[in-house]
Amino acid sequence: MPTEQSGHSSPPPPSPPPPPPSAIPILRIERLRKQFGGIVAVDVERLDVARGTITALVGPNGAGKTTLFNLVCGFDRPQSGSWFFDGRDVSGRPAHRIARSGMIRTFQLTKALSKMSVLDNMLVAGAAQRGEHLLSGLVPPTWRSQERALVDRAAVMLERFELDRMASEYAGTLSGGQRKLLELARALMAEPSMLLLDEPTAGVNPVLVQSILTHVLALRDDGMTILFVEHNMDVVMSISGRVVCMAEGRVIADGSPDAVAADDAVIDAYLGRRREA
Amino acid sequence: MDIVAVLADSFRTAFGPIAAAYALAAVGLNLHFGYTGLLNFGHVAFMMTGAYGVAVTVDQGGPLWLGFIVGVVGAVVLGLLFGLPTLRLRVEYLAIVTIAAGEVLRTLLRSGGESSLTRGVFGIQRFADDFFAANPFDRGSYGWGRFAYSERGLWVLVIGWSLVALVTLVVVQLARSPWGRVLRAIREDEDAARSLGKNVFVYKLQSLVIGGVLGALAGMLLAIDRQSVNPDTFLPVLTFAVFAIVILGGPGSRLGPVVGAIVYWFVIQFTDRFLREAIAVGWIPESVIDSTDVGAVRFVLVGAMLMGLIIWRPQGLLGRREEVLLDAD
Amino acid sequence: MLALTGVFVVTAATPVWPQTDDAEPPVETEDAEPPVEADTSEPAGAGSVEHPESLRGTLRDPDGQPVVGVEVVVSQDGTEVGRAESGTDGAWALGLPGPGSYQVTLLVETLPTGIGLRNPDRSTLLDVRVQPGQSRPISFALGEGRVSGISRVTRFANLAADGVRLGLILALASIGLSLIFGVTGLVNFAHGELVTFGALVAYFFSASGAVGNMPLVMATILAAVFGGMAGFGLERGLFRPLRRRRTGNVSLIVVTIGLSLMLRHIFLVVFAGRPRPFDEFTIQTGFAIGPVSLRPKDWAIIVLCSLLLLLVGIMLQRTRLGTAMRAVADNRDLAESSGIDVDRIIMATWVMGAMLAAVGGVFQGISETVVWDMGFTLLLLMFAAVILGGIGTAYGALVGALVIGLASQLSTYWISPKFRIGVGLAVLIVVVLLRPQGIMGRRERVG
Repeated sequence: MPTEQSGHSSPPPPSPPPPPPSAIPILRIERLRKQFGGIVAVDVERLDVARGTITALVGPNGAGKTTLFNLVCGFDRPQSGSWFFDGRDVSGRPAHRIARSGMIRTFQLTKALSKMSVLDNMLVAGAAQRGEHLLSGLVPPTWRSQERALVDRAAVMLERFELDRMASEYAGTLSGGQRKLLELARALMAEPSMLLLDEPTAGVNPVLVQSILTHVLALRDDGMTILFVEHNMDVVMSISGRVVCMAEGRVIADGSPDAVAADDAVIDAYLGRRREA
Repeated sequence: MDIVAVLADSFRTAFGPIAAAYALAAVGLNLHFGYTGLLNFGHVAFMMTGAYGVAVTVDQGGPLWLGFIVGVVGAVVLGLLFGLPTLRLRVEYLAIVTIAAGEVLRTLLRSGGESSLTRGVFGIQRFADDFFAANPFDRGSYGWGRFAYSERGLWVLVIGWSLVALVTLVVVQLARSPWGRVLRAIREDEDAARSLGKNVFVYKLQSLVIGGVLGALAGMLLAIDRQSVNPDTFLPVLTFAVFAIVILGGPGSRLGPVVGAIVYWFVIQFTDRFLREAIAVGWIPESVIDSTDVGAVRFVLVGAMLMGLIIWRPQGLLGRREEVLLDAD
Repeated sequence: MLALTGVFVVTAATPVWPQTDDAEPPVETEDAEPPVEADTSEPAGAGSVEHPESLRGTLRDPDGQPVVGVEVVVSQDGTEVGRAESGTDGAWALGLPGPGSYQVTLLVETLPTGIGLRNPDRSTLLDVRVQPGQSRPISFALGEGRVSGISRVTRFANLAADGVRLGLILALASIGLSLIFGVTGLVNFAHGELVTFGALVAYFFSASGAVGNMPLVMATILAAVFGGMAGFGLERGLFRPLRRRRTGNVSLIVVTIGLSLMLRHIFLVVFAGRPRPFDEFTIQTGFAIGPVSLRPKDWAIIVLCSLLLLLVGIMLQRTRLGTAMRAVADNRDLAESSGIDVDRIIMATWVMGAMLAAVGGVFQGISETVVWDMGFTLLLLMFAAVILGGIGTAYGALVGALVIGLASQLSTYWISPKFRIGVGLAVLIVVVLLRPQGIMGRRERVG
């Protein structure tokens, strides 16, 4: 028992040999707890996400899925708990630093930057831009070449997401589905190693849903790790390798899509909710 | 009524040194409000800092250039003081804290006696002699007919509008850079910017400080033009006059503050002069408005401008209509 | 060099004035009795070069001893021009920005124990005319204090009571500000003008002579009615349409600022800049309960405010409307989906908030004076109260207002009253720094 506890402090105990990098989960969450007033929103004992996988996070409304995203990405602070990204402790770090470390999220209500062009939406996501510093911003030669490379990358990405014809339009003029695509493409411009997608297909027409799913699968094949919140069970079943179900802040089931779908606790959680409503 | 004189006066004010100072302040506030979405209701505090930085320094025997430095450094410090506690909070807090801080600063400036550092309500006069000693223009009147400036007015005006041109260039360059792109992203959606790895707080602070320094420069220009500073010049309404200019020009537009300042001063001065003339010749009976009320009418107009523009023409003169329509979601 | 000369000239122009060669009779606070002291006169030399006009006087107690450390405030058109403190010889002097009409107030609270004005109602001299170049002598007749032997404890208690008075008025006025924010998310910078509006309406009916002065009670009720109508008009004619158009939060704040500026200066045009008291209650002597002595009108205001606040509390807690208001403030979408007519609740909040603000304005006008920008001055303290208490909550506004009222009045026990408003605002800034959600507020949920 004492040895396990000391394993928590920063220099890891030498006894177990470090596993190979691929075996370390890209995201590990430990004893994460968040309360609003008296209501427990998130109370997750342990959750690991393996590298290069697609994991779906499901659960009835109010299960704490979005709150979990907010906590892990630094948009909200938990009462207690810690989490590790890529082997580094990122607990309590501000949102922008977590994003820079390679974990990029999207939002349930799409946050397209309406009064900026689609292209500018893409460009602003570029990581480590020299021109984003105040003083070098004033001296274009310091950032022009980087900017050109960024524009080229954005053009490729927009073409891949079939938004290239919209590049110079205001993002606010896009349809709901196109905004979801833009948000996904924009997240990729930040060169993440893990994506947290909050309901990527909500309010999107079926044709675009297929397109988004194809993109997500392609990203996984390129080595990306994806954790996503989803209500559409068809989507969940068709692309995820693993499903985690939350209810009332806790993880109540975790496993393959079929196993979770058949889990009694999961069925109870959903039906219980329905009966209430 | 001499309508030609009224028009000539209005044009003279619209291109005069005071309009230049307001344009300068508006460039700064546009950086806050137009580009970053910050609600700085205490811009007047930055202007006060600049004006008193120069006035007190020279009054205490320092050279004019030192006064400029004191004013600019003061504005940087003030920007940090405003920003550090409030920029992490919701937008209303910055508005309330800045308007309150401006009033606290004014109270402090006017609380001293005549022999205090700021000379209380008496203010400080004649501190810019060095500035006018460097005036290259000969004594005389420059212009046509009533649309003319004295050599002093012309000197302040030339320096003022040159400064406006310079800072506009700098701000436009910044706005076009990736730095400016991040500011616009923050204005559109702070959380989105944060989710893409931008340190929103630092950008807001930079914007607040830079815009504040421009406000301080505007305060210096006002003080030098009048050769006088007084705490009661710096009432909260001054901030809102600058807001009216920014919105009139079009928030977030490049030349908006400049065009806004010129149009604003034309409208204000025209109304002022027109009303006085109309009262003088008896078109408006004294029982309705007498000449002492005309000063108040100016601020009724500023208030109406702020409301009317936001309601009917939020893009101002130079902003883009399409952008405003996008707000509706 | 210039600065040095200025200081020198001013010093030379403010001599000690025991000599008498009455070029101009001093302005007296009492017509019948001759003043005990404060006999002053034109100094031999001219005034200072830069500010030739000045006011001056010497304060002596009934035994002829100089009274030290008393503050005199001079203002013009409601704006303070400056303050002077009597020196070791009891003399005070203040240079003026120019000739004109001034108001001179002796701050009674700065008088030492046992000394008071002979006529307590003449602490302010209205309309003191100063001619170009004149150094005008002013006298205040001092006698034994109206509260004999005003001790430190008494002074503190009096200030505390006055702080409660201000706090209750602030609370009354801020409930609307806080509730409107709660139900609509709007930060209304024009709320102060609703306060001024109430005071102006009451003044119009009861003291202006325009409609044959009616009793103040009636006028106060009318002020509440008109205030409620103003609230109705603003919500119906301005804010509801803007909400329907989904005007952004920042834009709405700018609209309220514009509205505030416009209304305030319309008040200035209509009412003019001079502060005016309600004549009905100008002359009142202190009425003591225990160690606390306040003017009867202030006692009445404290009682009435408390009653009104109690009524509002009962209304919020016990009635259907109050429950609905709290529900909408707590979670608008939830309230809407549970069948509450949100628009109707918002309207009720506006009407109630504006009525309370108007009544608060009347009380403030009775206790102090009616001025065109009184509401705007109070607005910043109201924001302080609301943020301190937790923005969006009604009870928070009450607690916050009491704290702000007490802090700003009690601060004058230690520091000069000229920083009174500043103290309230400083409290605001400290609160935003340390506990932005306020005393009663909850930390906000993000996302």
